[in-house]
Amino acid sequence: MQFNGIKQISEALKSKAISVQELHDFYQAKVEKHAQNLNCLINKTPQLAQQQIKQAQSLINSGSGNLLTGIPLVHKDLFCTKGIKTTCGSRMLENFVAPYDATVVDNLNQAGMVTVAKANMDEFAMGSSNENSYFGAVKNPWDLNRVPGGSSGGSAACVAAGLVPVATGSDTGGSIRQPAALCGITGIKPTYGRNSRYGMVAFASSLDQAGVFAKTAEDCALVLSQMCGFDAKDSTSAQVDKEDFSQNLTQPINGMKIGVIPEWMETLPDDIRIQTQQSIDTLKNMGAQLVEIKLPTAHLAVSAYYVIAPAECSSNLSRFDGIRYGRQCDNPKDLNDLYVRSRTEGFGEEVKRRIMVGTWALSAGFYDAYYRKAQKIRRLISEDFARAFAQVDVIAAPVSPEVAFEFNAKKDPVSMYQADIYTIPSSLAGLPCMSIPIGLVDKLPVGLQLIGNNLQESKILNVAHQFQQETDFHHLVAEGFAHE
Amino acid sequence: MLINRKEVQQIAVLAKLNVSEDEIDTIVTSLDSVVEMINHINEVDTNEVKPMANPMDAVQRLRADEVTETSNKEVLLSMATNADEDYFLVPTVVE
Repeated sequence: MQFNGIKQISEALKSKAISVQELHDFYQAKVEKHAQNLNCLINKTPQLAQQQIKQAQSLINSGSGNLLTGIPLVHKDLFCTKGIKTTCGSRMLENFVAPYDATVVDNLNQAGMVTVAKANMDEFAMGSSNENSYFGAVKNPWDLNRVPGGSSGGSAACVAAGLVPVATGSDTGGSIRQPAALCGITGIKPTYGRNSRYGMVAFASSLDQAGVFAKTAEDCALVLSQMCGFDAKDSTSAQVDKEDFSQNLTQPINGMKIGVIPEWMETLPDDIRIQTQQSIDTLKNMGAQLVEIKLPTAHLAVSAYYVIAPAECSSNLSRFDGIRYGRQCDNPKDLNDLYVRSRTEGFGEEVKRRIMVGTWALSAGFYDAYYRKAQKIRRLISEDFARAFAQVDVIAAPVSPEVAFEFNAKKDPVSMYQADIYTIPSSLAGLPCMSIPIGLVDKLPVGLQLIGNNLQESKILNVAHQFQQETDFHHLVAEGFAHE
Repeated sequence: MLINRKEVQQIAVLAKLNVSEDEIDTIVTSLDSVVEMINHINEVDTNEVKPMANPMDAVQRLRADEVTETSNKEVLLSMATNADEDYFLVPTVVE
């Protein structure tokens, strides 16, 4: 059995060439073979899958399914799933069973998608390597001695290894784009507010946004269209109409203005710069017009982000008090001891570091100098992008300054934080952005970032899809993981 | 150093985290490097700039004050380590 994307699978299901159960068994064999070795899953969900397989098959039989009906997927383990553990990669939530489904999960369930498992991730989505999971690091299918990127590393590894055609993820400062790049797949984070954050465990509320991984831009577009939509349960949900993000995919990009950032390109190592430049040249050869742009404040993005994200994290994670849900320490001697020991035992090193940085930045006397100042930098960065989008339709930029690195390669936090140097600026501006595979350097995948103006997911997906019609990089599969 | 042992201990108290003597020096060093990185935000004059809290500059949406869900007390209490039929249980606060 071999499938080239969701449409092909859906046709096979609709024509009864295969059943939903047979499709599930096909992918399940891969899960059994590879998941443990890659450590990409935290919990499998066989009972839920069986129930959803039956529902999907009856939807298909009655002719009321859509393209996504019966398609298997994994959810990053920060999306609440009713009656099933949602750990967020943390000891704090090791045994937490959510009492409801996240809206994103619910939207995909409505289409009859089949949840196979919950994917491993950096604890509370904090990390760029997936080494911060309480359940152990995820391995990159391209080289088992290297990281898959983070924080949605489990989701990216699952799709790259072909264990599922689709995975959900979340992106706060690059947590979809960077692992997509390092694992050689396609991943998109829509505009802030497009996807509901209801039931998605919060890290930095003004930045967190759900998104999707797949092999192709077309598959991402199909799934994202089903995921997104206004949700009254999320106070920051964007009040915009539901959109079919696949409607513009087939438009030629002839004449489209694509912005490139020379200052970013110059900072790349030679081999990645050459690869990135070649992909941009491909877009030019396809008829796009390249326009040089400047983002003068973007070099301060990582610094501003590491005030805003930890500040919001320290506030959000104060809910973990050991009392109402989550880990509680043994034999607390008083209430304060219960709080302190439950949190100290429950959180890992990086999460504690960010809570402390955030607590410091928000403490008396520092608020204006740090949080408020960082929010002002955020506006300047957003204005840089607004000026750029007055000249161009889409921006093409690097995703990561390096290919997948080895485990334990980055011991100090600041060098790890630099992994997101090219993804954080667009996150601060809330813009839709994605990563597409553009080939290999040293036998490891490299990605290209496409950034769109607010609510213009369709435009970046159009460019990505057209690029994938011209190139085969999205078909590259790590050795040992090809479909049999 | 931009941040010292005493400040780290104070932050830990505020954050309800325990920092042991064994790990404090490592934590001071790592927080110091993060603060050094963060301080770059001071390179730009932002006096005239309005802070940006939401990337879409959206404001809080209000809804009618109506009951929207029924109580699911049992489910919520079942998630706690210590609860009785009506309450979460915590160590004695007032004798």
